Amino acid sequence: MNRIDQLFKTKTEGVLSIYFTAGFPQLEDTLPIMEALEASGADIIEIGMPYSDPVADGPTIQESNKVALDNGMSMKQLFEQLKDMRETVSLPVVLMGYLNPIMQYGMEAFCKKCQEVGVDGLILPDLPMQQYLDEYKELFDQYDLRNTFLVSPQTSEERIKEIDQKSDGFIYMVSSHSITGAKSGISDEQVAYFDRVKAMNLKNPRLIGFGISDHATYTTASSFSNGAIIGSAFIKVLQNAENLQQDIKKYIQAVKQG
Amino acid sequence: MIKVDEKGFYGKFGGAYIPEMLYPNVEELKNNYERIMESDDFKKEFHSLLKDYVGRPTPLYFAERLSKQYGAKIYLKREDLCHTGAHKVNNTIGQIILAQKLGKKRIIAETGAGQHGVATATVCALMGMDCTVYMGEIDMERQKPNVERMRILGAKVVPATSGSKTLKDATNEALRQWISNPVDTHYIIGSVVGPHPYPEMVARFQSVISEEIKYQLKEKEGRENPDIVIACVGGGSNAAGAFYHYYNTPEVRLAAVEAGGLGVKSGKSAATTALGTPGVLHGSKTLLMQTVDGQVVEPHSISAGLDYPGIGPVHAHLFDSGRGEFYAVDDEDAMKAGIELSRLEGIIPAIESAHALSALKQIKFDASDIIVVNLSGRGDKDLDTYIKWGGY
Repeated sequence: MNRIDQLFKTKTEGVLSIYFTAGFPQLEDTLPIMEALEASGADIIEIGMPYSDPVADGPTIQESNKVALDNGMSMKQLFEQLKDMRETVSLPVVLMGYLNPIMQYGMEAFCKKCQEVGVDGLILPDLPMQQYLDEYKELFDQYDLRNTFLVSPQTSEERIKEIDQKSDGFIYMVSSHSITGAKSGISDEQVAYFDRVKAMNLKNPRLIGFGISDHATYTTASSFSNGAIIGSAFIKVLQNAENLQQDIKKYIQAVKQG
Repeated sequence: MIKVDEKGFYGKFGGAYIPEMLYPNVEELKNNYERIMESDDFKKEFHSLLKDYVGRPTPLYFAERLSKQYGAKIYLKREDLCHTGAHKVNNTIGQIILAQKLGKKRIIAETGAGQHGVATATVCALMGMDCTVYMGEIDMERQKPNVERMRILGAKVVPATSGSKTLKDATNEALRQWISNPVDTHYIIGSVVGPHPYPEMVARFQSVISEEIKYQLKEKEGRENPDIVIACVGGGSNAAGAFYHYYNTPEVRLAAVEAGGLGVKSGKSAATTALGTPGVLHGSKTLLMQTVDGQVVEPHSISAGLDYPGIGPVHAHLFDSGRGEFYAVDDEDAMKAGIELSRLEGIIPAIESAHALSALKQIKFDASDIIVVNLSGRGDKDLDTYIKWGGY
């Protein structure tokens, strides 16, 4: 069974998904970071595939993309690093990235490779839903990959319903009008949006991301959804880490327990 | 048939590859732009501003000495005489009226050399709208006078400090700002790039160029169709405008001229059709200069306006379908062509436009042919580059 489906079958509250960029801070850190996340009590590992032009990302993740590319990270390199991950990592693994590098790798080759190494899902922010349905859904299904779409405060109710109906895995709720890492804290306006979507009784679980950085924001987001996604704040932890294993553990525990 | 389809594709190229956060904005634009553009209200305002504010129609000038030099009948479409010095303003006038009709309060834009930024700042001043222009930090350094022009016009100029700090990054930054301010802000894209409907919308605002060529040529030569239209292509808005009404007239050859930089094979070039492969950048599928891993490669051209790693999807289609002829002109040859026009006709062209002129050396034609070169901009902004290059 797909590990994302498995997870949400047993856990529907306070799911914590952690994003980091592959090959950052050092090229060979990808797998050690995953292992540290597993040991620290994260629930989903979201690995960013670095790209030269990440338009949905703020300065922190942009910079980590650049460092990773300078380190020599590529799609080929990433699959090489992930090839034996299932010997040490049992959490669901989601790859997040932009369409262009995947197109150059070849969508089918990419999906096949994902299944081979044990990837469970994809988040591709610049893959429009219609394109997905017309061209890629069949492939994703064939290789048992869940596809997550983003919704934002501006997304109409009708569109959210459509996305819910046509996607699987989980829905990524962008918490505000922003790119990643832009704001922290949660406003009344955001709460109204979280409530509105909660009341829609969607078939897919929902995780809230963008602006989640600590125990308080994680707890608030979790109270309106099935859990939260942390990206930029975790990248900062990696940037400043002296001991990756220990610092990751400390941070994840602080987020979960306060 | 060169025509955009319902999903925003020209053949294999185009579409709207955008994060869901931008979907409502792009959808709003897509669902309204044609209705607004076709309304009498809009048309009246647009054409009156083009006439009295921009100075249209721009002349179609028979360049006699240039013609003699190359052995054909060469006309110059004088977009360099537009207010603000280039064709860019045709599009910004159209988009700002559209933005007002959509009830937007703020305008954002990207700019490379600063021509589109100045054209945007100009129309924002004209309409009393708040204006922020994103510009690569390196371009701000290279194009100081245009930065100050924008500031004089009341715009805020924000440096894009990521990546290569040039046009591509300014576009990324503008897209990010649009994601962050989706409700009251309109993004005026300056070329025929970006997610559908931008490429088609911008081309339609620029299509006034070929609309005028047709009737002006009819007056002068008794025929609407030249044998060849030549235009430079970065993103490709002036070319799209000059080609638009000839897309589906196969007897008119469409010659698109890209920047060869230091040479197409030098690794310092911006000749996208020669060097690019299909990919997705800034919201559309198009030809793109990239590594085998799909990372976007930094282009090079002496002309900041052509210094872009992609090309508008319509041009990718013109290339792919064989409808267009594509040429590359190196930095050095473009500069020489700029000096040549200055000496033969008393017109100092923008270095972008000088690329189109230089292609006269490469393109095969007959002595009886009528050729229209779209002179997209004037060279005032490029004086520094001309001076540094010397050679005159």
